This record gives sequence, structure tokens and C-alpha cells, in this order.
Amino acid sequence: MHIDLRTVAIEPQRNTFDHLVRRFGDKPASRYQEGSYDIQATENLHYTPTWDPEQALYDTSITKIVLKDWYVLKDPRQFYYNTYTLTRARQQDTAESNFSFVESRGLGEMLPEELKSIALNVLIPLRHAAWGANMNNSFICGYGYGTVFTQACMYQAMDQLGIAQYLSRLGLLLGDTEALNAGKAAWLTGPAWQALRHYVEDCLVVRDPFELFVAQNVALDGLLYPLVYERIVDGFLSSKGGSAVAMLTQFMNDWFDETRKWVDAVMRTAAAESDQNREVLQAWTQKWSSRAAIALRPVVELALGTQAEETVSEEVASFNARMKKIGIDL
Amino acid sequence: MDTQVTKKKLGLKERYKLLTRDLGWETTFHTKDEVYPYVKYEGIKINDWDKWEDPFRLTMDAYWKYQAEKERKFYAIIDAHAQNNGHLNLTDARYLTAIKMFLQAISPGEYAASKGFARMGREFGGVGTQVACQMQALDEIRHAQTQIHAISNYNKYYNGFHAFSDSRDRIWYTSVPRSFFDDAMSAGPFEFMIAIGFSFEYVLTNLLFVPFMSGAAFNGDMATVTFGFSAQSDEARHMTLGLECIKFMLEQDPGNLPIVQRWIDKWFWRGMRILSLVGAMMDYMLPKRVMSWKEAFDIYGVENGGALFNDLARYGIKPPKGWDVAAGAIEHMSHQLFLGLYQWSFGTAFHGWIPSDDDMEWLSAKYPTTFDKYYRPRWEHIKKLEAEGTPFKNYGLAKLCQTCQLPTVFTEPGDPTMMCHRETEYKGEKYHFCSDGCQEIFEHEPEKYLQAWLPMPALFSELNGDIGAWMDWVGLKNGVDNGDYVGSQDQINFDKWRGMATSNKQS
Repeated sequence: MHIDLRTVAIEPQRNTFDHLVRRFGDKPASRYQEGSYDIQATENLHYTPTWDPEQALYDTSITKIVLKDWYVLKDPRQFYYNTYTLTRARQQDTAESNFSFVESRGLGEMLPEELKSIALNVLIPLRHAAWGANMNNSFICGYGYGTVFTQACMYQAMDQLGIAQYLSRLGLLLGDTEALNAGKAAWLTGPAWQALRHYVEDCLVVRDPFELFVAQNVALDGLLYPLVYERIVDGFLSSKGGSAVAMLTQFMNDWFDETRKWVDAVMRTAAAESDQNREVLQAWTQKWSSRAAIALRPVVELALGTQAEETVSEEVASFNARMKKIGIDL
Repeated sequence: MDTQVTKKKLGLKERYKLLTRDLGWETTFHTKDEVYPYVKYEGIKINDWDKWEDPFRLTMDAYWKYQAEKERKFYAIIDAHAQNNGHLNLTDARYLTAIKMFLQAISPGEYAASKGFARMGREFGGVGTQVACQMQALDEIRHAQTQIHAISNYNKYYNGFHAFSDSRDRIWYTSVPRSFFDDAMSAGPFEFMIAIGFSFEYVLTNLLFVPFMSGAAFNGDMATVTFGFSAQSDEARHMTLGLECIKFMLEQDPGNLPIVQRWIDKWFWRGMRILSLVGAMMDYMLPKRVMSWKEAFDIYGVENGGALFNDLARYGIKPPKGWDVAAGAIEHMSHQLFLGLYQWSFGTAFHGWIPSDDDMEWLSAKYPTTFDKYYRPRWEHIKKLEAEGTPFKNYGLAKLCQTCQLPTVFTEPGDPTMMCHRETEYKGEKYHFCSDGCQEIFEHEPEKYLQAWLPMPALFSELNGDIGAWMDWVGLKNGVDNGDYVGSQDQINFDKWRGMATSNKQS
């Protein structure tokens, strides 16, 4: 039975769900709002975790950051599953054509040997760092509080897995399985990588979800992406004739541009709520970003040699400026 | 091109391994125990995480691509459904009772599962297992959101949906599914996988989703059918993960068997208790029935479950301990629960009603040995009271089971005339149970279950038994969301709108 109702006006009984009326007023809600606000259980939780009876199943007190309402950490991209997936599907289309462009025209083989080996040396061990970032964000999603914050972390986790997989494909394309093996060996024992691996492993034992957010998404990514993808790949390699590599890492550049806006919004909002939050965030950002800068220098040296120190300092300065804008003074 | 290096041909499996498993490494700055602190305390021994067989090989690029395709279709259909007042294609607005229960009780569970899988995606000590859990975490966010979005349009026109976020944590019957998910999430990672990954997603999912989605299809609910279909291929992955996980645990160490068996026994029983809501839905709430609860159980429970446990027998796994008791109660549970829901309909954000004569005919045909003998006489009595103007309502305190949180409305195994009630004294306090199964679950972990938040005592201790205050607190609008369907706003509006749509009547 099909009923054509265009001529029949039926008055809705209400605009949206009660919890959204309380938050946003009595008007129709967006799909982002419907899918994100107040959908996590908050009270009358039945049992304490057997894995840590000191904490509640959903617990705001496992982080030092205090927010009256965790749903203030709105994602400026308004990503819920649908908008997230559609956005990444478009990007993967582009990534796919970039990979096949490079592959079908043999651009990988045309890369000067020296550039190719720099690209592989710098990029391939990073697939392990991306795996660390994936686990860290899965943690923040799992133990963080409030869906507007935590769902974005799950998307971030899966993005980092995607990045690890693009880096692996880049390795296979330019240097076959040997490149992946060499990259892993470098990650595990190569002198250039131990400080970074130490950093990542230290993150794996941080169990304050917000500190982990700062260590991973703010500090490490905030320096690693500009240094590796802007300065080394787009800058250094491309200027020497290695722009094929930049085609293969376009996803990472676009991704960082997009996700930093979300990261900034989270930091700005949390810092703005209280001086105490601001101080905690400043201390964490200071501690982790200065460590990240030290850990990344030997990695940058692999490509830029003696230029590394200056490049890292420049990026630290622009990272500090970025933080200043959102209320974090370093 | 001669200079081209010939690349090794990688098989799919090998390639997937390089794109996932090979990303992990043995940490040296911190021990495994520091990085994965929760994998040992439950007593499950994993000797080699590399023996994990990836249940599906989906890289992120492929995931984004396939899922985006499904998302586009899903939202196109529910947009059209909303645009065209698709709700008027329902057989009857009574049907929405099932969907109200779904939004209040099941969708929050999808979200809890997502949080749980995100935790497992971090806590398990093997990349293959972690990635599979993370993808499921992502899928479960999808399911919670697509359900809310599909049901959102019904909320605009019908009552009982508007307070689902408040009632999730406060109303008495949502405590049944929520305590189930809280129970799983407060357990260790391996028990969580047996609870949600295996028992819920594998053993019980067919008994939950197939009846709901077929019920939707039979009753003209295009929105719900659409999210059901759209979730199906995700569910197929989840089932594969659940099964792989249990096999993995059993293959890793013989010492794991008794632990796993106890979890299967426990979670089967907890799951069956939740399914009593599905039974009531199938037998009573659907204006156009799909099949009886008993028929569904015969197909999806007995046949499919039987095959599954035959398959697992080679590991030494026996069918769940409560299986026979559960099967014996199949011809009673939906009737007992719906009778309960009817008498407590003042306190539910959905309507109750007395089954029509036609409905009772159908029930007696489907339940020839039980309905006429035990349940028809009760409904006839209730009908008589209703006709006399003294409807049968119970404003009393329902005694809830300490474990499953259902009111103790079920009868003794083998004696449908005797209410089943069990008691355990622990540290000087008495705890009540609806069944042996629930009592045993408590007795195995009393320190856990004594923490259960029981909504009825809370009503009396915190609100002094003030029912009006309680209704405000749970978001229930008296005379709007609750009570009898006959004469409700939902009924009046649906009939009026449908009249406007199918005839020349104007409001």
C-alpha cells in the first residue's frame, strides 16, 4: 500500500528527543546531535569493573581534566559514523587513484635510488608508530567520557590504522617486502628510532585518557606530521624530483589538516573551562612535545642531515604558536 | 621496462598479514604485562597470539568504501520514509511498542558494545584480535546511530520514544539489558568476548534481530527493516569474530575449557532472560505476527544452536547448562512476561493491552498445550474486570531478580502453576532470584552482583514511593506514554491520520 500524503498535513507531536530539547532548545535536531549526545550510560551503573574496582564503568575521574559536562567537547567536523565514513571513502578514492597513477606509470622505479631509500628509511618505520597511535586512540575512545569526544577518537584510531596500511603499501610498492622488514628492524633497533619508539611505548602505559590524547594527538602528531609529510616529503623529496612519494602520502597531509582542527577544538574547550585544566594541559603539552621534538630529530636527520636541528626548531616554534592560539602557553 | 624489479606476488592472506599483524612489535621499554595489564587475571592462557586466525580480511580503505556505500543507501531510504510519512504504512500503531522497547533497551546496548570493543581493541595482546575488535567498535557506533536515526521520525509523531536517554539509566525494565551490558563490561576482556562477541552476537543475535526485523517487514516498518538489512553484513562479521574468539581460547590451552564453559553457561542464561522481551514482542505486540516465539526458538535456538554446540563439542564444550530449563519454559515465558507488562503498564513507556479474541485464537493455535490451559483464563478474567470498569492494575512493588533484574514472574521448571523464587543469604543480606540460573550466577560472584542497582527499591528509598516524582525522573508522561493502548493518543492519532490519508476525512 502506498499512501500519497503530499496534500495531507500531519502535525508532528514534537521536534526531537527530550535530552536534545534540554541541550539545544525545542527544535529539530541534527543527525550529529541525535547520534552523539547523551547516548552513553551515565548513572545507576550496576557493577564496578573487576579489572579495576577503583574505577566506575564510565568514569570522569580517571583523568585529571575536569569538565562539568563532557559533551562540551564538540567535534567541529560534526563527524558521526555516516559523515566520517563518507568523508574517508572519498579520500580513499583519491588515494587509490594516486597509488595506481604511480604504479601504472612506473613512477616508483623512476625515483632516484637515493631519494627512494630516504623515503623508505623515513616512512616505513612510521607504520609502527601509526599502529601505536591506533592503540592509543582506541584506548581514549574506550575509557574516555562522553560520545562527542570518544567517537571521534575511534575514528582517529581507525584513521591511524589506515595510515599504517597506506605506509605499508607504499613500502611494498617502492621496495617490496624487504622494505617492510628493513623498516621494522630499524624501528626495533635502529639508533634513529629508539627515542621515538620509547615515546610510543611510554604512551602505551599512560592510563589517563586525556593525557594520552595530549601525548599522542596533540604533541606527537602535532610535530610528526608537519616534519615528515610537509618538510620531508612535500618539501625536501619533491624539490629533488621525488614528488611521486608525495602522491602516495597525500592522504596523510589532508588528514592532518582536517584532524588538527578537531584536536585544537578539544584542547581549547578543555583549557577554557578552568585554570586548573589549563595548567594541567600546559604541563602535559610541555612535557610530551619537548620529548617528541627530541625523539623526532634523529628521524628528520635521516632525510635532512645537518638541516634537521633547524627544521625541528622551526616546527616546534610553529607548534608553540598553534598552541598559543588555543590557550596553551608553552 | 627491463629495469623494473619483479615484485613478489603476495597472496591475500599474506598481504593482509603485512597490513595488520606485522604492524605490531614486542615492546622493550615496557613489559607485556605493563602494556596489556588485563589479559591474565581471568585465568585464560594464551600461549601464542599469532595463532589467531583473522576472521575477515578487511583493510581500512576497503572498509570505508563498502560502508560508505551502505550508508548512502540507508539514509536515502530513511529520508524518503520520513518525507512520505512512511509511518502511516504501519499495520497499526500498536506495532510501535516493539520499536519503543528496541530504542529504550537495545540501542543503548549497541553503544555499550561499541565502548567495550574499543577497550578490547586496546587490551588484547595481538594485533589480529585488536583490529577485529576495533572494527566491531566502529560498527557498533554505526548501529546505535542508525537505529536512533531510523526511529527519530517515529518519535516526532508517537509517544514513548522521547525520553529514551533518561529511561536508559532510570526506568525499571531497561535495567534488564543494561545490567547485561554492564556485567559484560565490568568483566575481563575474555569474558567480555564470550558475553558479547559469542553469546550475544553469535548464539542470541538470530533470536533478537531476525524476529525484530521480520516483525518490522511484516508490519510495514520500512525504517527498521532498512537498518536491519544495512546492519546484516556487519553482523556477519561480528558472528565470525565471536566464533573465532571462542575457538582461539579453546585451542590455546586446555586449562581454558572450564572457564569458557562456565561463561557460556552464564551468558546463555542471561541472554535467555533478555530474550523473554523478544518473546513477548513476537507473541503479543506485533499486529501481524511473523511466527510464534516458540517457532522462532525451534529454528534459531534449537536447530542453529544445536549445530553450533555440536561443532564445539570437539573442544569439549557442552551445550549451556540451562538449555533444557530454558527450552522447557519456551511455551510459558512470553505469556508470563506480557501479563506482567500489562499489569505494570502504568510504569512502562509503552502501552499494554488485552489481546483480542483473534489474538487469543492465534495464541492457542500456536501454544496448544499451554495457552488455553494456563493463560487464556487469566486474560478472560482481566477482560471481565476491564468490562466491569475495574481494570486489573498492579501498582505494587515488583520483586526484581538480583541478577537479571526482571520481575520474578516466571514459574518453576515443570510446574507452571508455581511461581519460581530463589533466595540466597550473603553477609547477612537476603537476595532474591527468578531462577536457579540467576541464583548460580550470583553465588559464583556475589561481590559483583550485590552491587546491582535495583530500580524498584531505589524508587522507594529515594523518592519515598512518590510515583509522580518517579515518572518525572524517568521521563515518563503519565496518560501519554504509558497505560492501555486502547484510547491512547497513539491510537487516536494513528487512526485519524490514516483516515485522512485514505479517505476524505479531515481532522
